[in-house]
Amino acid sequence: MSKKLLLEKAHVEGIRYFDVYRREGGYRSVEKALKEMSPEAIVEEVKKSGLRGRGGAGFPAGMKWSFIAKPEGVPRHLVCNADESEPGTFKDRYLMEFIPHLLIEGLIVSSFALGSNDTYIYIRGEYAWIVDILEQAITEAKNNGFLGKNILGSGFDCNIHVQRGAGAYICGEETALIESLEGKRGNPRIKPPFPAVKGVWDRPTVVNNVETLAAVVPIINMGGDEYAKIGVGRSTGTKLISACGNINKPGVYEIDMTISVEEFIYSDEYCGGIPNGKKLKACIPGGSSVPILPANLLLKTAKGETRYMNYESLADGGFASGSMMGSGGFIVLDEDQCVVRHTLSLARFYRHESCGQCSPCREGTGWMEKILKNIEYGNGKMSDIDLLWDIQRKIEGNTICPLGDAAAWPVAAAIRHFRDEFEWHVLNPEESQKRNYGLAHYADPIHVPVG
Amino acid sequence: MSDQQQLFKVTIDNITIEVPAGTTILNAARKIGGDVAPPAMCYYSKLEGSGGKCRTCLVEVSKGSEKDPRPMPKLVASCRTTVMDGMEVKNITSEKVLDARAGVVEFLLLNHPLDCPICDQAGECHLQDLSYEHGKEGTRYEFQRRTFKKHDIGPYIQLHMTRCILCYRCVFTADQLTKKREHGVLDRGDHAEIATFIEKSLENDFIGNVIDVCPVGALTDKTFRFKNRVWFLKPVDAHRDCPTCSGRVTLWNRGDEVFRVTARKDEWGEVEDTPDGKPGWICNTCRFEKKKTSDWVIEGPRLINRHSVISQGHYAGKVGTQMPTETFEAVNDGRKPKLLMDIHSVSEVNKPEVQLSLIDGPAHSKVFNQNND
Repeated sequence: MSKKLLLEKAHVEGIRYFDVYRREGGYRSVEKALKEMSPEAIVEEVKKSGLRGRGGAGFPAGMKWSFIAKPEGVPRHLVCNADESEPGTFKDRYLMEFIPHLLIEGLIVSSFALGSNDTYIYIRGEYAWIVDILEQAITEAKNNGFLGKNILGSGFDCNIHVQRGAGAYICGEETALIESLEGKRGNPRIKPPFPAVKGVWDRPTVVNNVETLAAVVPIINMGGDEYAKIGVGRSTGTKLISACGNINKPGVYEIDMTISVEEFIYSDEYCGGIPNGKKLKACIPGGSSVPILPANLLLKTAKGETRYMNYESLADGGFASGSMMGSGGFIVLDEDQCVVRHTLSLARFYRHESCGQCSPCREGTGWMEKILKNIEYGNGKMSDIDLLWDIQRKIEGNTICPLGDAAAWPVAAAIRHFRDEFEWHVLNPEESQKRNYGLAHYADPIHVPVG
Repeated sequence: MSDQQQLFKVTIDNITIEVPAGTTILNAARKIGGDVAPPAMCYYSKLEGSGGKCRTCLVEVSKGSEKDPRPMPKLVASCRTTVMDGMEVKNITSEKVLDARAGVVEFLLLNHPLDCPICDQAGECHLQDLSYEHGKEGTRYEFQRRTFKKHDIGPYIQLHMTRCILCYRCVFTADQLTKKREHGVLDRGDHAEIATFIEKSLENDFIGNVIDVCPVGALTDKTFRFKNRVWFLKPVDAHRDCPTCSGRVTLWNRGDEVFRVTARKDEWGEVEDTPDGKPGWICNTCRFEKKKTSDWVIEGPRLINRHSVISQGHYAGKVGTQMPTETFEAVNDGRKPKLLMDIHSVSEVNKPEVQLSLIDGPAHSKVFNQNND
């Protein structure tokens, strides 16, 4: 049984309300931080903990905090990125829905560390009911003196505002989020300047994911060093994984990043295996933007070592034979799933969500979708596969924001690992409309090169 | 003053230049000129916040600066990246850049109709120049292009959204020149469109400038539409005493007839500064209503210095034509550019001893008939 830090109390009855949350030991970190610690000490503690951003990129949170510019007389802001719209990722929703006070608590401590008197939660518009839950939690915290003016007599003022997005995936990108928060069209900004220097209303801003900010609570409670002992290597602490797809027990699981991928999929504590006795074909380990991996490369790395659920192990082998931890959206595909169709549905998503600002992404995503549609519906040509590869290559790295990369990676990985399935679609246009390619050799033991 | 201004040394395609700190790579490259200057479809130096979107100006930074010599991991948009001291930049000497740029050109042309023969912008179109220099001869796109209805936005301007490449220049123009911006980008992705909300007209004294900033033929002058081709017109500088703007314009004449009036544009296709250092935007009255030679004081022929059809000589000899800066040979160790096609090899009219590129001004039948006399 692995250690739980965030979701330990998530299912205590009434934990959504302040009284129960407080009785269960909530808001201790606020008391500790505001009474005993200085803002610098908190940043130092988060640095020591080795906490990495849980939004996808995995950038060390303490480092990000220390970059914030502190010009005299200019207010600073903390923005919580709750615009969780990646297909397959729903961990933040779970956390905010069941234990909203944990986020509020983390926000107060983080706001104190960063000197943000006005803190924003930018929440995905589709999470309409969670807005009410958060608003209520904020009001309760305010009524009990944890928010508002002069919190716990420390002289620190803080207010938290909840802002709803209007249904755009791109607004989860931090600079697009800032634009949208300012009331503009959600187009990503060109960096530099980074938000840490010029963010919301040109003020220094830190944008963090919900889970990152919630993780600040256990870090303050137990100390950064203690937190760093959980996990392995540079993957410290616990991580929420939202598992979905062909598994017996889809849901949100908290793991301490020491378990293997195989254990995560097959053990009854987590996903509980694949239903109907089917075999594992492929998996996207970190939300729709990260490369898909066939079963053999998922369970073992190219070197033949066991793959674990942590940042380093999942990325082992680079994009040639590895993937990424991403935002923790774990999508499992069994032998009945068609990778081409799956890639098409992702390409359709990215085409729909591209903001249209820079040309490679605006034009390239639509083009890829059309080609994939042709292949999937039996109108493909062999040259289309190479064309897809060339298009994704020309999008990746040439765009303003990472959405271009996120659109290119799934297509690249699908062609890299499942090229024969694409070719089968092209060569058997009629048969491919009636049945799927199946498991083929994707689960076979992989050849380990000598040396 | 000049002591305080710090100068940075930057090397672009093996040509070193000193520029003030804070200059972007693109502007440094423009100081060198010629092929070293990356093409820019969305950047417009007179508009604050423009640039970074079209990705045609991507360059490779092979050395970050003297202090931190690490190369930048990705190609960067030169219009929004400032130079550092000792920076080394590769533009046309980098395979990576040329490859990425060819990709961007292909992307830009995916949904762009190739209706140049009926487009008013042809001849001075930046996309035309760009695809001529960096594009491929064919397209790999086999699907239907996105199309939009044409819209009249106001009495003078027509929006042909199908041609638009979403550079956002007109949005910035309206934002920065007029008191109230009335148009913007609706929707997103490849179905994004420039539009007024909803189908309103744009009525502002300075809104005509969106025609000048548009790099393609998406925004056209209704008083000029289909009247003439730009390369048949003779540009002359002229001015008038205008109460609202500087009144310094270029008239595009044929005979005594004024076909259109535009702002004066420099070699990058941008509006030239007036003598007092402000961008020379012109008002709607000058642009659309003063179409008689008697309205203007003519200054003389306009020098056009651009790698484009309209710079190919409007008068015999050197009058009105200024040769654009050539840097290709300097950058490529003295090699001459490779021609895709030599006209002499396919045409019986042209004689091999007549090098078209060496003739001053437009080629005239006299040039070819010399030997026969």
